Amino acid sequence: MRSRLNSLIDALMPVLATLAALAVGAVMLLVLEVNPIQAYAALWDGAFGSSNAMAETLVKATPLLLVALGICIAFRGDVTNIGGEGQMIIGALLATWVGLTFTSLPGWVVVSLALLAGFLGGAVWGGIPGFLKAYFNVNEILSTVMMNAIAVQLMNFLLRGPMIDPAQAQLASKIPQTARLLEIFRLPRVGTTRLHLGALLAVGLAILVYILLWRTTLGYRIRAVGQNPHAARYAGINVKRYMVLALLLSGAFAGLAGAVQVFGVNYRMITDGSASGFTGSAGFNGIVAALFGQLHPLWSIPASILFGALLVGANKMQRVVQVPSALVIALNGLVVVFVVSSEIWRRRRQKRRLADEPASKPGPDASAPAKVTP
Amino acid sequence: MIADFFTITVLVGILTSGIRLATPYLFAAIGETFSQRSGVLNLGVEGQMLLGAFAAFYVSYITGNLWLAVLVAIVVGALMGLIMAFVSVNLQAQQGISGIGFYLFGLGASDLLFQKLVGTVKIANSFSPVYIPVLSEIPGLGEIIFQQNVLVYVAFALVPVAWFVLNRTTLGLKIHAAGENPAAADSLGVSIAGVRYFTIILGGILSALAGASLSIAQSNVFQQGMTSGIGFIAVALVYFGGWRPWGVLGGALLFSMVNALQLWIQVKGVGIPSDIAVMMPYVLTILVLVASVSRVRGPSALTKPFEREN
Repeated sequence: MRSRLNSLIDALMPVLATLAALAVGAVMLLVLEVNPIQAYAALWDGAFGSSNAMAETLVKATPLLLVALGICIAFRGDVTNIGGEGQMIIGALLATWVGLTFTSLPGWVVVSLALLAGFLGGAVWGGIPGFLKAYFNVNEILSTVMMNAIAVQLMNFLLRGPMIDPAQAQLASKIPQTARLLEIFRLPRVGTTRLHLGALLAVGLAILVYILLWRTTLGYRIRAVGQNPHAARYAGINVKRYMVLALLLSGAFAGLAGAVQVFGVNYRMITDGSASGFTGSAGFNGIVAALFGQLHPLWSIPASILFGALLVGANKMQRVVQVPSALVIALNGLVVVFVVSSEIWRRRRQKRRLADEPASKPGPDASAPAKVTP
Repeated sequence: MIADFFTITVLVGILTSGIRLATPYLFAAIGETFSQRSGVLNLGVEGQMLLGAFAAFYVSYITGNLWLAVLVAIVVGALMGLIMAFVSVNLQAQQGISGIGFYLFGLGASDLLFQKLVGTVKIANSFSPVYIPVLSEIPGLGEIIFQQNVLVYVAFALVPVAWFVLNRTTLGLKIHAAGENPAAADSLGVSIAGVRYFTIILGGILSALAGASLSIAQSNVFQQGMTSGIGFIAVALVYFGGWRPWGVLGGALLFSMVNALQLWIQVKGVGIPSDIAVMMPYVLTILVLVASVSRVRGPSALTKPFEREN
């Protein structure tokens, strides 16, 4: 009974963290002389007010979930992947290239190839920092951030030059975008909404990642390295290899997110030249969603929907009460801070629990809390 | 061919802007050196810089008083540092992740405030160059070093000051102890929490000044995300510099010179696409990390929260 209560409290922590973030956001709104109730009502309405709004929420949630799945793998392996942005970009670039090159092949073949290309592209972009961490001791937080910046410039270069839409190349505006994908290459959509097959794919993959992490040797080893690298080494696990694998897989899911974004939503790769022009910061927000979902692939599903809703609702909020959608970025940051700050109470309770029942050994069960102190 | 491009005037121009561009890197990286030496990784530098940049810009735009602008930026940075210290010291939050949270907060909040309070691109008062008497008249060198704005001088003066504090004072010894062996330092009566609060708040202040140097010295405007990764590079520079102020100075200069060169290449259009040129500093950071991290060892207690044993 007590343990059930404890796990309930653990599960409620992120919700409390969000409420705290919204409260701080409300204070900021009051300072800016905006009625926070009106603002949040507009946000809610924008995210869930109609079936179209809900579809948009799911559309936004899809890349967040895919990135979050990768983050679950990386953080469980105790490697910090901040490179989702860059991995998405590289994945999308490769997928787009496949889609624009093999135009004579059947639709399903090209889509599968393109998604695979996105997966592999992200894997390479995540694998490089993993390799540098394992073999050169380079802090992966820093290298993934740098890889983000490099990917953005590479994208800007390619979309303005070699990969630019031939139609745009003729015009003076020269919007950095590629040509449109053929209609047969587009992921099917639900009715008149923009909700596409990628959302279903993401949910399916969430289940797969859950199985990977808790039902396969590979997942077990990644988590073992994450929990205690020294013990893992004694157990005969090649720690470096699994470090690289964790980052590589993590990047792969972000790369897939980029590919899905192109084939499900935009049908072309397009940016506005800014760092988040293509990704819409999904590479960062996916981290927020994964942390919120306690680094559990299945909990990441509702978490991604929540943050998708915040993003979609923010646009409505901007229109109705003229609050810039940047508020939501600030709120996401606060959620991260509150979630990692609240871990201390969970650790304390866990410590007390272990002290209470010294006989029982904690097993590697699925609901084990994320290891947070490195 | 190469000689045509690198005339003396061009070289002086690149070096001059290189020195100026080093300013934000120096402020941020010296601050980060303090917090990392005490065992705390502050990854929120970029967010603190953005809020500092906005605060300084806004005060300068409203009042025209540059020193008031600097002061307000310092207060904003200290506040951010205080909150971050509470989160990392008292709540023992994982520093890599909470730093990203602070970054996102700074990114969103500075943009939100700018859009609500200013709206469109506005021009504010900014620091103009201060010519150091006599020295500024030295040919070449005078222009490169002694005709800069005041924040540039402050940033470079910080390096020896930081070196002195870290290596020649009791405070420096305490910071070092907190970062290497907090348990031992604690048993000798050093307040680990106190030391870390001090270094994180100092880091916040210097990051905010780094931001201010962008918005009211290097330029006179504020733009969303105008720090463009400088805060993250500054963190990397601390590793590169081996946690020593002089090493950090070397790294900052290397970076700013590459950046100055890169900007000049863009203007000249020397056959390298500008997007590829912009990439150079980031590629360099990674290479530099590969070359330096295996060489120097960082503070043993870096990123490890300290809790007293009962």
